[in-house]
Amino acid sequence: MAPNKIVLRFPASIADKPIIFHLVKDYDLMINILKAHINPHKEGTMVLEVEGVRAEDGLAFLRDQGVGVQPLTEEIVWNEERCTHCGACTAICPTRALYVERPAMLVHFDSEACVVCQLCVRACPMRAMEVRF
Amino acid sequence: MADKTFAEINAKIQAGKAVVVTADELVQLVAEKGVGPAAKEVDVVTTGTFGPMCSSGAYFNFGHSAPRIKFHRVWLNGVPAATGFAAVDAFMGATALPDDDPLNTNHPGDFRYGGGHVIEDFVAGKSVRLKVLGYGTDCYPRRELETTVNLDDLNEAVLFNPRNAYQNYACAVNTGPRTLYTYMGVLKPGLGNAHFSTSGQLSPLLKDPYFRTIGLGTRIFLGGGIGYVVWNGTQHFPAIPALPEGAPPVPSGGTLAVLGDLKQMSPKWLRGTSMLGYGATLTVGIGIPIPILNEEICYYASRPDSELYAPIIDYAEAYPNRKPGNLGQVSYAALKSGAITLDEKEVPTAPVSSYHKAREISAILKQWLLEGKFLLGEPVQLLPGPDAGIKPKSLEIRGSGRRNG
Ligand code: SF4
Ligand code: SF4
Repeated sequence: MAPNKIVLRFPASIADKPIIFHLVKDYDLMINILKAHINPHKEGTMVLEVEGVRAEDGLAFLRDQGVGVQPLTEEIVWNEERCTHCGACTAICPTRALYVERPAMLVHFDSEACVVCQLCVRACPMRAMEVRF
Repeated sequence: MADKTFAEINAKIQAGKAVVVTADELVQLVAEKGVGPAAKEVDVVTTGTFGPMCSSGAYFNFGHSAPRIKFHRVWLNGVPAATGFAAVDAFMGATALPDDDPLNTNHPGDFRYGGGHVIEDFVAGKSVRLKVLGYGTDCYPRRELETTVNLDDLNEAVLFNPRNAYQNYACAVNTGPRTLYTYMGVLKPGLGNAHFSTSGQLSPLLKDPYFRTIGLGTRIFLGGGIGYVVWNGTQHFPAIPALPEGAPPVPSGGTLAVLGDLKQMSPKWLRGTSMLGYGATLTVGIGIPIPILNEEICYYASRPDSELYAPIIDYAEAYPNRKPGNLGQVSYAALKSGAITLDEKEVPTAPVSSYHKAREISAILKQWLLEGKFLLGEPVQLLPGPDAGIKPKSLEIRGSGRRNG
């Protein structure tokens, strides 16, 4: 089975538990952590490549543990033309991929840090964050 | 120092000799030189704000079709406009929504297109679909009409915002257990974030808290064009509440009614805006020049973010139920730093109005004044200030549930 890129979202209650480890140990999966981030509220996000026959079982296990699982088939693009640098996305973005440069109060987008959770896509009042498939 | 007059300053502007600084620059200048010397040196300080302002809209006169029709119901790009004043005039409110918008049926709704977006499309020069229903009269026989119009086709297109440029605004937080979708943006549960919405030390009415210079006829930057203050805004509550000894004074809520020719304006400074779960609105760019007539005006115009405070309001309980009280005051300096401490918790802060664009507006207005192409409008009447004793009224719900009894 071809490797499968997924986005995981860990609520604060389980962010410190060794969950990913079980994918390897119990489900025989090969994993490759592409991005991982824990915000100050202890919510975690991770982009993961998973490969193995029991991949679906492994993902079902993650969901059982309360982890949000989404396929990563998209990327997020920042339409700088439409962005007004209002900042309304910056406290919403869980990884600080959208952040404010101070004291100029300019908003920047660091696509490397983006985990494609898409929270900003609907929260941006100017519709400046776009999903590209 | 003798007071300067509007006329003296305008003469200097016309001669290209006026000293104009932005409010940011004035903060700096006063910190370096003191209020007295700065007041002597500076003639005008420019302010700016660029944020969602729901009480905005535009009225249009479409001209007459053949045969004529009296507008009874009107839609622009599917968004209903208000009629009820003569035959071919209509008002598009910024928060108006299409009749078939799913609203919040699938909460939180997206509100992708509304009145604010129609106004943006007009100023961007786009064609807008006009649909009209009439009821037929002897002088206006037509009953239905569908066509496309653009800004150049219209006799008048006037931006008229009944309440803009809020003097000060809440810092919005959410103490509840679920995410809230508000006009202050997405508020995460358990004090997950704090949103604020003025440009602080650049914010027009925070810089003239006693309304010593702003009134009917004040000429302003409005949506990229030139506009005017035409009245106080609705819900104009300029009182500065009494606070305990030593606490910073917090101007609460003076507002402006502003008007200007939409045909001069630009989609860069009038932007259709969609607040998730709340609705559509219009983000408006406003810049107001404050003439430094004397030291007192200079003093207030030069107050920095560290001396300007916003009340922290809980949108989980207090705001929706109109309960009094707040969770304290916080300075704009703290809000702009990126985090504040509340309940011993570090809460990330974010603005919902653009400081970056506010600064750009104050710089454009400064440029206009320096080039001598924008003169100060001396108010024919100042707006009511803190000492006018205006008290907010609320809507009492009377006699409900008795009708069928
Ligand atoms: S919310 Fe949208 S417009 Fe505002 S800073 Fe973020 S991307 Fe830009
Ligand atoms: S999708 Fe948006 S909110 Fe999510 S991580 Fe990327 S930039 Fe941040």
